[in-house]
Amino acid sequence: MEKDMKFFIDGKRIDGRAKDELRPIKIEVGVLKRADGSSYIEWGDNKIYCAVYGPREAYPRFLQKTDRAILKCRYNMASFAVDERKRPGPSRRGVEIGKVTQGALEPALLLENFPKCMIEVNIEVIQASAGTRCAGITAASVALANAGIPMKELVPACAAGKVEDQIVLDLCKEEDNYGQADLPLALLPRKNEFSLLQMDGDLTEDQLEEALELGRKGCLEVFEIQKQALKKKYITEDVLNE
Amino acid sequence: MSSVLSEIKKDYMKSLLKTGKREDGRGFDDMRALKIELGMANKAEGSCFVQMGDTKVIAGVKCETGAPFPDTPNQGVFTTNTELIPMASPDFEAGPPREDSIELARIVDRGIRESGAIDFEKLVIKEGELVRVLFVDIHIMDHNGNLIDACGLAAIGALYNTKMPALDEEGMKIEGEFVSLPMKKIPIPCTYAKIADSIIYDPSLEEENVMDSRITATTEDNGNISAMQKGDVGSFKKEEILDIVRRSKVKGDEIRSLLKEKFSEMR
Repeated sequence: MEKDMKFFIDGKRIDGRAKDELRPIKIEVGVLKRADGSSYIEWGDNKIYCAVYGPREAYPRFLQKTDRAILKCRYNMASFAVDERKRPGPSRRGVEIGKVTQGALEPALLLENFPKCMIEVNIEVIQASAGTRCAGITAASVALANAGIPMKELVPACAAGKVEDQIVLDLCKEEDNYGQADLPLALLPRKNEFSLLQMDGDLTEDQLEEALELGRKGCLEVFEIQKQALKKKYITEDVLNE
Repeated sequence: MSSVLSEIKKDYMKSLLKTGKREDGRGFDDMRALKIELGMANKAEGSCFVQMGDTKVIAGVKCETGAPFPDTPNQGVFTTNTELIPMASPDFEAGPPREDSIELARIVDRGIRESGAIDFEKLVIKEGELVRVLFVDIHIMDHNGNLIDACGLAAIGALYNTKMPALDEEGMKIEGEFVSLPMKKIPIPCTYAKIADSIIYDPSLEEENVMDSRITATTEDNGNISAMQKGDVGSFKKEEILDIVRRSKVKGDEIRSLLKEKFSEMR
């Protein structure tokens, strides 16, 4: 049944989007009181919180680096975030996503400002519907800014993929599950380099090039949403009225 | 102390790379000496020893039967695990798998699963009830860089080497009869390290210690890409990614024909 699935109806995708259209994204900044920085993102049906703690002294101490801070990223999915209950606690998938998230965010941070310290990023997925790692990175980058961590730039993330031999942006659940390829990306917009790159499925070289370009454009759109969210937090109405 | 040393080393290696040379004398696309041995662990249904330079890994396949996952009732079950055992490096410790080990296993797993190397539907004994369950366990014996490629090759080698007991319709073993796994493709992972602006294939441990980032691209028989993973900190330009994909195709073909030769010797 799944294999005969139609991904396009009258040129539109199953959720009514165009091929190069993102799902609706909403980001809120500073939503958790105890955290040094935090954010909440709704990306399609994904709902994710992110909290940042630090910089503070790194422990256990053997993890300390004499010349810079370490970045710890933890990705966790709530047991009720998916259709079938996920067993609580760390999963192998979660551990890997934590690691690639760290790799995606770290090039944008000035960790050398804080020797022997650690900065912790906690990503908690409350509701999952394809693309949680990209949404998590996008939210984490905003939460890091909210925590006042010095950074070179924000890190927007977005996936491209292939369904019915066509390259599309930001896969929805059905496209992710039954599509032909998934390519989650994170972009350093100023450097114009990718800091997250994973792929599974089947792509030709030309399709990969097309997907990278589409993903890059998607990331730049996400970048604008990130900037707007931060501006909204810090520019009060008084300033806007002046 | 070690970080200071590696800064000096990094500068040295960078300047060497600018002149087109690598510390161990290889060209940018040269692989270390590759040795593959099939079927060296007799108790396993399939096994493969891979040596790349001084990196040594052993993969073993065990087959069981069990219930399929509820969302894929018409497919067999396949899991990959890597053991970074303390033997392989002074940095490895016993205990539950760490980040590195999990990432490694998941990259290898995706490379095989997503390429459709195994025809999972042929592993079904009774749809929705009983399927073959495959375990690929990879032990790292000596860690001298580029574990991803070594483990990926060992896993695919062990799978092609697998002879499992034939089963009747009820899932009972048929004595004395063995069948091969329903293999369709030979996906080959190729890992490239980025050091400053140079991108080099098959990084050694020393190159890994100073690299900024890495990308693994897994290619199939038809030249398509079935999996990719950027690892470590650092970032890549679009052109660099495409360059890596092009190079990994050439390299993948080279290694694939080598493996095919090995597989035909086996039969």
